[in-house]
Amino acid sequence: MRRTLHHLCLIGVFVSLFNGLQGAEKSRISPYEVDDFAVASGKIDDLVFGSLRKAGLTPARPCSDEVFVRRVFLDVLGMLPEAGEARAFLQDKRSDKRMVLIDSLLARDEYVDYWSMKWCDLLRVKSEFPINLWPNAVQAYERWIRDALGSNMPYDRMARELLTSSGSNFRVPQVNFFRAVQGRGPQPVSDAVALTFMGSRIEKWPEDRRRGIESLFSRLKYKPTAEWKEEVVCLDPAPTGPLETILPDGRKVKVSPGDDPRVAFANWLMEPGNRWFSRAAVNRTWAWVFGRGIVHEADDIRVDNPPCVAGLLEYLEKEFVENGYDQKKLLRLILSSRVYQLSPVPSCDDPRAEAMFASYPVRRLEAEVLQDALCQLTGTVEGYDSPIPEPFTRIPASARSVNLADASITSSFLEMFGRSQRDSGMLMERNNRVSSAQRLYLLNSSQIQSKIERSWRLKTLVRDHRGGVADLVSAIWMEVLSRSPLPEELRAVVAEGIPSKSGNKEMIDDLVWALINSKEFLYRH
Amino acid sequence: MNPIISDQGISRREWLKLGVYGAAGMAAAHAGVTPSVIKKPAKSVIQIWMWGGPSHLDTFDPKPDAGRDYIGPFTKPLATNVDGMRIGEMLPSLAKQADKYSIIQSMTHGNNGHETAAYIVQTGRQPDRLSWPGLGAIVSSFKGYDNGYKGLIPPYVVLTTTQGRFSECGFLGPKYKPFATGGDPAQTRFAVEGVVSEGISDERQRRRRDLLHRIDTLGRAMPAELHFHELDKCEDQAYELILGDSRKIFDLSQEKDDLRDRYGRNTFGQSCLMARRLVEQGVPYVTINYKGWDTHKQHFETMRRQLPVLDAGFATLLQDLSDRGLLESTVVWWGGEFGRTPKILWEAPWNGGRGHFGNCFCSVLAGGGFTGGHVVGASDSTGSNVVERPVHPNDLLGSICERMGIDPEGPLPNPLGQDLKVMPGGMPGFEGGKGRLKEIM
Repeated sequence: MRRTLHHLCLIGVFVSLFNGLQGAEKSRISPYEVDDFAVASGKIDDLVFGSLRKAGLTPARPCSDEVFVRRVFLDVLGMLPEAGEARAFLQDKRSDKRMVLIDSLLARDEYVDYWSMKWCDLLRVKSEFPINLWPNAVQAYERWIRDALGSNMPYDRMARELLTSSGSNFRVPQVNFFRAVQGRGPQPVSDAVALTFMGSRIEKWPEDRRRGIESLFSRLKYKPTAEWKEEVVCLDPAPTGPLETILPDGRKVKVSPGDDPRVAFANWLMEPGNRWFSRAAVNRTWAWVFGRGIVHEADDIRVDNPPCVAGLLEYLEKEFVENGYDQKKLLRLILSSRVYQLSPVPSCDDPRAEAMFASYPVRRLEAEVLQDALCQLTGTVEGYDSPIPEPFTRIPASARSVNLADASITSSFLEMFGRSQRDSGMLMERNNRVSSAQRLYLLNSSQIQSKIERSWRLKTLVRDHRGGVADLVSAIWMEVLSRSPLPEELRAVVAEGIPSKSGNKEMIDDLVWALINSKEFLYRH
Repeated sequence: MNPIISDQGISRREWLKLGVYGAAGMAAAHAGVTPSVIKKPAKSVIQIWMWGGPSHLDTFDPKPDAGRDYIGPFTKPLATNVDGMRIGEMLPSLAKQADKYSIIQSMTHGNNGHETAAYIVQTGRQPDRLSWPGLGAIVSSFKGYDNGYKGLIPPYVVLTTTQGRFSECGFLGPKYKPFATGGDPAQTRFAVEGVVSEGISDERQRRRRDLLHRIDTLGRAMPAELHFHELDKCEDQAYELILGDSRKIFDLSQEKDDLRDRYGRNTFGQSCLMARRLVEQGVPYVTINYKGWDTHKQHFETMRRQLPVLDAGFATLLQDLSDRGLLESTVVWWGGEFGRTPKILWEAPWNGGRGHFGNCFCSVLAGGGFTGGHVVGASDSTGSNVVERPVHPNDLLGSICERMGIDPEGPLPNPLGQDLKVMPGGMPGFEGGKGRLKEIM
């Protein structure tokens, strides 16, 4: 009886809401944009908008605050804003609130979690086949990467440590850079070096340059120790004489016996005026934010693959070097641009527009981010463990999926949604395309259904909004999509709101189901 | 002795004796043409993947004279319905089906690690810089949606969970990953993940899909967005499965009780039945991921428990495929990533266990144009070394490709844009083999 009353009351509120909304609706633009023109406010904007103008293209409108708060949480932290966080930002009246938010997010630990995941893809952190780092070394290597990002280690120092360290894979984590390749010869090692630090694919180099870089990494030795799976990476103690070879730019170099040829390479890589190093870094950071590089693909930089926006790489490189290779400052510079803060809704349908960053490109959430978002919303956890190989790896249930150090830990969800295999370090190893299998899973799997049905967060929301259904629906909208529903969206829910026999919990579950299956939830936008 | 086939292949007389190809086969044999030229290509592959590595000595390469330290309690191999062909004593039903399959007793790759060996056996490659696709993904690429397959059931299905540590699709990408059914076909209702959901009526499915469309605000704001078109297409395909007729294929209650009993009322047996139903519908590649063969400890107790399950499911599958005229067009491939150490570890903590053994093991091939009733190659008296006709994984996989009408020496289209071949013979690390299995093709 009580339940029936509750239902009647529910319908009543919906109906009055429905009536109140009729006629009140004005013609308006989408909730994703601001009714304004995008105006340049910095050098990035000048360059991008300038090149668009030259091509006769119009940039999208600026994005709305609702879009911005969700976007910047996802891009910096790899997670959704809590409803309270989104609400606080939307109610904030300060004119510089977007910069304030960017700075506060860059200072959070979740930034380190999420960007470590990207770096672990790049640096191939994986215990098993075909990388075979083994769990102890995975833990050490990943911890070093996290610490480097956590302390905002300058990128040149980070690169030099990875390129020139020697010692045990357990005690000097950086040496795992040379173990995280398929094979032990100079060829796979120099492949990884060129890909990671020059954004370049060595198979496209002329033969003599390839031989040159390989010879610089030809004196590495890998020695086992008495400890299980420990390995010491060091220089061959018996060099035969001076090493005369060529650097990637064709210049000759001579390394004396006893000197480390890797140091000669690192010196060349980081010498002032060598664009390879900083260009690859800024292009990759840009690609991590926008889904595509200024040179695309971001790890295939070469003369015959020109940048999509002239002058932009040069500007970012200059800023990056002048700021002492500060990675957070680089990210902050990009995020604070008007280009980053454009709406996803394009203003022109020219096919060139997307590659020139005329609007914010929509992309499906990465596997780990999607899993974490589903857990966050529903208040559920995913457990991961790895019974082989020894030593066993157990991950606390509270850990986020983006925190998984080891790409060898089995998860059918993460595999289905295209997490990086970390076999080669190429950016394309992460696959954010959709597939029918993913769609079946999200629309109709028992896992998703039970996450929604079990959700204590949802139950709490229902409990806290017994008074008004409109409030409850708005609260759910804010939780899932970080914004309030539009009048027409409320109406759509009203039309669906006929209580079924099994009660209104089912109706609420279905609303949540529909929202997490919406494009707005599944795609960063 | 086993009827080991000579390097030159089968003589004309043997072809006539086999008589399995009817008049056309005999005519071909008379004319000196290799019979495989006139066989129709197979349409499907059922892979029974024995995850963990099954013991070759206790299954398809018995060594009754090797002594207790090698064979333990299994001293009496069974004669089969093919003269001179014997198999392990725990496989009586399979002994009656030996005319339908051939045993390769000389498989070798030498690797004893699960992940690497599983990769080698299913990709036919030694590890190198690339992450190669397994056979299922290759078949899915050549016989799937890119090449005219129209079924709603994905072209590459695995019963019931994926292998995890082995990336089935490799560099071909997730489009070619298998569809893992989840669920358990031995349950009253086979809850195929994403297709069959418990407790959600069709009416509720339709209602909530309608709601999903009503609140598609971002989609309506960006009607030209190609990512969204792709998502919409996937949604349509998903609902054709969720609400359409194809899902009935997963309803095993449509099969006769008697047949279901013969397959075995267990996950493996009902998976075999499910595999038959899938190939009947034209699904080109089905893997049954059969776990539990990594028997380091108390091996023989496990064999006594598991081999009868294997025997019933596998033998009934062969008989059933044959009864329905599907065996000719369906390759059945049985095997794991390696065999197990011939010498038994009697001491604690193994208490009669067998370790990993990649030096010499066996695989079984049936149907799809492979001749039954033959043994290819041979191992030594204890099953420790290959003594005749070593067969490398790429020879076996290349042979299946060839029977599926996929040229192993032909180009493998790939998103890397590289010039790669499907499954060529004589690759690095596989020197010294005698190539594809012409003698049973």
